[in-house]
Amino acid sequence: MKPFIFTLRQEPPQRVDLSALTPDRLAGKSVAQIEAIELGVTRISTKVGDLFKVSEGDLKTVRYEGGSSRFDLLGAKLLPGFAIHVEGDVGAQCGRLAKGGRITVAGNAGPHAASGNLGAEMEIKGDVGDFLAGPLAGELAGMAGGRVIVRGKAGERVGDRLRRGILIIEGDAGEDLGARVIAGTILVLGVAKGRVGYLNKRGSIVLARGGCFGSTYVDCGAHELTFARLFARSLRDHSASAADLLSRKLRRYGGDTAVYGKGEILTPD
Amino acid sequence: MPDIIRNGVTIDDNFAEAFPMSGTGILITAPNAKWARQAALTMTGFATSVIGCGCEAGIDREAPPEETPDGRPGVRVLLFAMSSKDAEKQLVNRLGQCVLTCPGSAVYSTVAGEFEIKVGDALRQFGDKWQMSKVVDDRRYWRVPVMDGEFFCEGKVGLTKKSVGGGNLLIMGADWDKTMRATEAAVSAIECVADAIAPFPGGIVRSGSKVGSKYKGMSASTNDAYCPTLRGVTKSELDADIGCVLEIVIDGLTDNAVREAMRAGLHAIIEMGPEQGATRVGAGNYGGKLGPFHYHLKELLP
Repeated sequence: MKPFIFTLRQEPPQRVDLSALTPDRLAGKSVAQIEAIELGVTRISTKVGDLFKVSEGDLKTVRYEGGSSRFDLLGAKLLPGFAIHVEGDVGAQCGRLAKGGRITVAGNAGPHAASGNLGAEMEIKGDVGDFLAGPLAGELAGMAGGRVIVRGKAGERVGDRLRRGILIIEGDAGEDLGARVIAGTILVLGVAKGRVGYLNKRGSIVLARGGCFGSTYVDCGAHELTFARLFARSLRDHSASAADLLSRKLRRYGGDTAVYGKGEILTPD
Repeated sequence: MPDIIRNGVTIDDNFAEAFPMSGTGILITAPNAKWARQAALTMTGFATSVIGCGCEAGIDREAPPEETPDGRPGVRVLLFAMSSKDAEKQLVNRLGQCVLTCPGSAVYSTVAGEFEIKVGDALRQFGDKWQMSKVVDDRRYWRVPVMDGEFFCEGKVGLTKKSVGGGNLLIMGADWDKTMRATEAAVSAIECVADAIAPFPGGIVRSGSKVGSKYKGMSASTNDAYCPTLRGVTKSELDADIGCVLEIVIDGLTDNAVREAMRAGLHAIIEMGPEQGATRVGAGNYGGKLGPFHYHLKELLP
């Protein structure tokens, strides 16, 4: 069955909040009702009908033909079983607090993508901004489940306070990758700039090209790790290069011993 | 009772009576097949009968590296007990003492049952807070640091209460060698049936029992009706041509697995014929009133 399609008419004149356009919230509404949904975040009105041509279809998959860096909160609180695809860019907080489902973005994503994600699978074909999977100000934990794959580069503080789930950055990552990680797994296939794994408690950070993590990480030797083989098999269909990285013998650096110190940074030996 | 004869082997018009059990299964992997098998053999030792061992366990099959979650050689073990609580206790004990201790091992759930029992979630504490949890595809696993690296174990494994224990075949022949030849062929055939095990030594039990005893406090004792040395002095089930009886007991995750295992065993015995193997095949039951699962031999014939 054909998907539910929003075709972009024009670049939004202001930032828009797309959290109302998830499948469960669209269910039961007519096209006219959907076109009347207010998306603007200022006093100037911007409705769905102003921005998009709406073509009805199966709500299991919602498709955006055309994106914008002003598309905020796309796929927020998405439920399991649903999918959203964006043929273009998205703005801040894409997939915020998503409970499950699948979000694919053909372009770039803004800051705080996958923030507080609880179980969605996300794929961003372009680059992402800062604080990928991180918490908003005042929150104690970041992403708590799911899998995020970024085919391009990521900004600073990827996986800040990550609690559970997997982040894969196929390109380079900005400074302070894996800062304050509670648990979970981060893989970076490109270069990880600057400090890595600052105050990491129990998380696993896998760096294909090494990185700078200071003396509070302690060399624990190179090992064949069974868990990495399982991970590699599970990721083979989603990111072949991540699977290759995990199939190699990995040197384990335990840390960050400045805090709890039960985490690790793994690099190919 | 009119007897049925196939390829010269007499088949009793009788049935095996079996009982519901709680069944669970795990896949043990290791860096090579030898150590995967070693872990499986160790954890399924002393697991022949629920009466004295607390559970019945055995190797279902070996899994090639392509089929295992971590790409290493594996062995699938099935374990059956009278209650889910017993199954959990036995599985955790056996994993803790026999598999955690076995070099290179890792443990995965292989049964999608209605229930789940804690395995890694219990064993993780061996890690003394150095253990790490990893969630892969919505399943939790534990990495427990040990002296050869890490013991890797799934948090929970599936358990089904739809398992069946006590399917059986009584193989009767002229002497020990012929009866054993037929029984071994049957066990080999049963090994090829998925989701079923024969928990006794090499799949074979020679001391079949009856309910009750002349001694006080003994719940089971030797099945004198099938003991060839007592043929003249007891109410024997054996004719003059039977010199040896061996039994195969079968437990399976499903009713159908037990039926198919009995069918495979029976066919192997019949195919061998009485010259080389057994002259007669029977089955054990308690009159049909105790167990809800009845497997009639005549329905399993080729």
